[in-house]
Amino acid sequence: MIPADPSTVTPATDPSDTGRGTVADTGAPGPAGRTDAAARVGKRPSPFIVAAAVTVSLLGLLPLGYVVITGILTGWPTLSALVFRPRVGELLLNTIGLVLITVPLTAAIGVAAAWLVGRTSLPGRRVFAVLLATPLAVPAFVNSYGWVSAVPSLNGLWSGVLIATLSYFPLVYLPCAAALRRLDPTVEEAAESLGSSAWGVFFRVILPQLRLPILGGALLVGLHLLSEYGAFAMIRFDTFTTAIVEQYRSTFNGPAANALAGVLVLLCLFLLIGESGARGRSRYARVGSGVARVTPRRSLGALTPVGYLFLGGLFALAIGVPFWSVIRWLFQGGAAVWTEPVLVQALLQTVGYGLVGAVVTCLLAFPIAFLAVRYPSRLSRGLESVNYLTSSLPGIVTALALVTISIRFVQPLYQTTVLVIVTYLLMFLPRALVNLRAGLAQVPVGLEEAARSLGKPPFAAFLSVTTRFFAPSALAAGALVFLGIVTELTATLLLAPSGTRTLAIQFWSKVNDIDYVGAAPYALLMIVLSLPVTYLLFARSRLVSVS
Amino acid sequence: MILTRRWTLLAALGTVTLLGATGCAASDASAPAPATEASTPSGSITVYNAQHEELTQAWADEFTAETGVTVTLRNGSDSELGNQLVQEGTASKADVFLTENSPAISLVDRAGLFAPVDKATLAQVPEQYRPSTGMWTGIAARSTVFAYNPSLLGEGELPASLLDLADPAWAGRWAASPSGADFQAIVSALLELEGEDATRDWLAAMKENAVVYKGNSTVMKAVNAGEIPAGVIYHYYWFGDQAGTGENSASTQMHYFKNQDPGAFVSVSGGGVLETSANPVAAQAFLAYITGKGGQEILKTGTSFEYPVSDSVDANPALVPLSELNAPVIDPSKLNSTKVTDLMTEAGFL
Repeated sequence: MIPADPSTVTPATDPSDTGRGTVADTGAPGPAGRTDAAARVGKRPSPFIVAAAVTVSLLGLLPLGYVVITGILTGWPTLSALVFRPRVGELLLNTIGLVLITVPLTAAIGVAAAWLVGRTSLPGRRVFAVLLATPLAVPAFVNSYGWVSAVPSLNGLWSGVLIATLSYFPLVYLPCAAALRRLDPTVEEAAESLGSSAWGVFFRVILPQLRLPILGGALLVGLHLLSEYGAFAMIRFDTFTTAIVEQYRSTFNGPAANALAGVLVLLCLFLLIGESGARGRSRYARVGSGVARVTPRRSLGALTPVGYLFLGGLFALAIGVPFWSVIRWLFQGGAAVWTEPVLVQALLQTVGYGLVGAVVTCLLAFPIAFLAVRYPSRLSRGLESVNYLTSSLPGIVTALALVTISIRFVQPLYQTTVLVIVTYLLMFLPRALVNLRAGLAQVPVGLEEAARSLGKPPFAAFLSVTTRFFAPSALAAGALVFLGIVTELTATLLLAPSGTRTLAIQFWSKVNDIDYVGAAPYALLMIVLSLPVTYLLFARSRLVSVS
Repeated sequence: MILTRRWTLLAALGTVTLLGATGCAASDASAPAPATEASTPSGSITVYNAQHEELTQAWADEFTAETGVTVTLRNGSDSELGNQLVQEGTASKADVFLTENSPAISLVDRAGLFAPVDKATLAQVPEQYRPSTGMWTGIAARSTVFAYNPSLLGEGELPASLLDLADPAWAGRWAASPSGADFQAIVSALLELEGEDATRDWLAAMKENAVVYKGNSTVMKAVNAGEIPAGVIYHYYWFGDQAGTGENSASTQMHYFKNQDPGAFVSVSGGGVLETSANPVAAQAFLAYITGKGGQEILKTGTSFEYPVSDSVDANPALVPLSELNAPVIDPSKLNSTKVTDLMTEAGFL
């Protein structure tokens, strides 16, 4: 049973973003009541802001619209022949098996790790708390490359489960760790005073209160599983996404690829609906005033070595193995692999795409976040959910849609940097959205109003007061988008202008030629670019719990 | 779907025959006016490159050094880029298309997107390595081989024909990379030589027997590691690895089917200039360079280990000469990628 009102703060769980569970919500009532913000700042939002928000969201509907419309145009006889065939059955079995095994596994590992570092007195827990977030800096396809280098015979479902679990468990671990720190100890104490054992408290009090972060994290893991290409292609494990990429490579954008994309989209929707259904209607928010007391830690006693074995083993498998492989290949390659001129070009291009993509995405996410916070309405909620939906579609589906649409209808944009940036925008917008939204919600509207009453024009008041407050959130938003872009492979491959070489593209090209030595510098650079962002994510998840 | 495809195909073939005929006449008529051939190439070109990136980059660098023309590569696979060009149609930004195998370039040719290749370029390539229409030309060649691990497969057990691999005795004992354009080209040869029904049956048996890998290198690596006794790949993967460290081929041997078997298929890599090229002079010059002595020498001396098609340049001495491979005689322009993709989708490989 879930306690009726656990009086605790849990992070928000908007769909589809790696950072959201950890940084999205401060929980406690904001300094400025959100509900009366609209009434005080002005009755209606500026039409420009509404127009911008609506335009971006309509853009977001393109991929889904494309899948639906091509489905209709293909016609039922052809479509059913392409969908109801043994190959699709194979893929369905593989993909669903992967999700059904990996998601509970990552949830269990994530929760266990969060509890060990958050609630026990295990020496070294603070170090582990950081270390266990680092797998987020290793893209899944780099992790797969590391594992295949170490154990070349890896293939099939269980290898897929292994690699995916090690790559994605932090998506559950981080929000759970953040939530654990904010649980109100009084509920646990009450349970204990009524005779619950330590295990009883964990399963009957703590775990139910972690429901939202677990579900949110699990949804993210599920969506990542559905959209990952490189990691599974490398171990010869066929999922819908790998099959779509293969169809693409054989036919460009033939009807079979689109039919597979349709089924994949249905799987994504299924996950989204499942998660929101499982969230339930219980309230989890702590409503009492004041700050929750810090929960006392438990000593593991005789089980301490088991705790170390678990945390150490997890870290060794998730980070040790890929790092060891990359370093081994780098050592073999010596100085020669670093002299490739393409390396610098790829690094610059990747950073360039990452920066431009991050700035553009944040700017365009802003109107939607602004409406959601200052003018909450059915419209603003609708706009938000459209964008969550789009970004939950695998990159290959979005890319396939934009390639076809741009070839047929917007030729001037075809194979341009602009189109690549638009694709990144659609894929990563929610990462920016949740952070901007959370940051904006924390800004006291009263301050902006005070500035206006002192004679500042509205826009200047906004710039000089509000933007200053939410700059850290904007930075986090940009950093998350940057992280997504740096490790993006399939969409960039399909849409980039001729001659584009990002780190991910070059890495993949080397790996395909079994040039594992040549791929190593690219792998390392991607990890190095991702590490600061991962740390930022970690730091922000702590920040929320301290406040 | 298969039915509608067949009709579209027939219609397309009909149109193409017509277009081809008129195209031929047109190019014959325009032959005495080699205006483009006289101009000096300059500016830049975009090459849709399905060939190995390293090889084309070597060609591009050398060509740029000789002419000053900047070459930008868009790398991809045969069928992907071929279909992409068809979709892009006249709006394509590509100037030149280079493939690893013939089916994809035939696809673009059938869509009527190529300009005739300069006569002088065609003269550099023997007739068996280019279509009679002269709309594209062979640039290199590769041979199908059966790579095997002698510790798992004795010489006496080797199959006499590619068709034998459909036998249940081979279940789980051979590998291939059916999602790649290379293997799909081999299937297109099978289709051309044995017909649609035989190919469909063979693919159905292959679905039962073969272990699927992604990429020829990966197949060879698995055979070398003893994961699987044998695999169907192209020859140059083996020679390339042998010339390097040999780490993925040291424990493997090559078996050539010969006897004009479908498994002895020699695949012709193609090159063509797009009709819509914004810089046809440089594009034609690039194709002339690749098929000329300089470009073909890179095949002989470089690390690609693909066969040159020019008479004036011998193959790398490490290779078995093309003339000894006894390959089946196939008009490269007849190979059909669309039909093959459909058949392979039907068989459940895609």
